[in-house]
Amino acid sequence: MTEPKTKDSHLSVNVWRGGNEGELVNYQVPARENQTVLDVITEIQRFQQPDLAYRFACRVGVCGSCAMTVNGLPRWTCRTHIKKVVDNGQLTVEPLRNLPRIKDLVCDLEPFIDTWKKAGAPFSGSRTRYDPPANIKPDSPLRQAADAGLQCINCAVCYSACDVVHWNRDYVGPAALNRAWTLVNDVRHAKRQETFEKAFSENGCQSCHSHGNCTRHCPIQLNPSESITGLKKMVFKGLPKEDKK
Amino acid sequence: MNRYLFIAQRLSAMILAPLVIIHLGLILYAVSDGLSGAEILSRTHGSWAWASFYFAFVLSVAVHAPIGIRNILKEWTSMNQAIINGFCLLFGLMLLLLGIRAVTSVV
Ligand code: SF4
Ligand code: SF4
Ligand code: FES
Repeated sequence: MTEPKTKDSHLSVNVWRGGNEGELVNYQVPARENQTVLDVITEIQRFQQPDLAYRFACRVGVCGSCAMTVNGLPRWTCRTHIKKVVDNGQLTVEPLRNLPRIKDLVCDLEPFIDTWKKAGAPFSGSRTRYDPPANIKPDSPLRQAADAGLQCINCAVCYSACDVVHWNRDYVGPAALNRAWTLVNDVRHAKRQETFEKAFSENGCQSCHSHGNCTRHCPIQLNPSESITGLKKMVFKGLPKEDKK
Repeated sequence: MNRYLFIAQRLSAMILAPLVIIHLGLILYAVSDGLSGAEILSRTHGSWAWASFYFAFVLSVAVHAPIGIRNILKEWTSMNQAIINGFCLLFGLMLLLLGIRAVTSVV
């Protein structure tokens, strides 16, 4: 890996054009001192290829919609400085792996969202609005376990990083199982047992090889691999008991 | 069912780990001491200890191996799940029968 060339030189950027069938097209983009991969894609779209399709929203690492494959690895493009990834002035940007491609850099997230349903994602409250709110100690072990995975924003980076998903699209994948982990540890969730059983159904957590590529690439340093290991251990220990108040 | 297969596979692995080590140690001992087949048989005949040791061994293998093969076939081939299940069940039964046959012939 080398530094990008000087201000007046150019980056050589290969961008995926097309859907599932398509090709990499090369663009020359001025190299700047400060630019992210998303900036480069935007520059191509604004000045060279107006019909280039790509997704983004917040541009500051909050929404997770700008995830793409950059030089072979899944990343949030808005949080990836060119200097971190450029390889000898070269950059290759493709849609996320493991998902159907719609157009150019945009992939269809529906299969990913479907995995959440398969792994028992919906929260199911056990109280009504007339009941007092549950009294949960923030530092109780269960709450801490749930909190560890809670910040996930469904960006699908981990799903794209997972090799098991790559060879078995029926495997529900790291994000959905991480979600299941937060739910089985959430004592307010009325269907903890059901969620656990879904997480352990065919193509559930026992398909995970624990190689941790999901954890390695999660842009907000969550640890889906650990959540999955936690679920596997629960098969022996049973659901954790509610914390004593 | 998956959950139970997962549990069965882990438990059988836990049983197998020490058994395999003892079995390997035993083979090394028998070979290095130059025991003949007849000598080995004379020691195993009528030994309930060795019989139960190897029955446990065979049983754990017959549980452990087919579940592992099932996972591999599921991941690496596009075979139909029912066929994989049937094949692994037969494979497990074969291991069990061959294993029992081998154990009963030395005790
Ligand atoms: S640890 Fe499991 S979920 Fe994570 S990338 Fe590896 S196989 Fe996929
Ligand atoms: S676990 Fe991390 S990488 Fe996976 S979807 Fe959530 S935020 Fe994205
Ligand atoms: S655009 Fe929102 S995280 Fe990148």
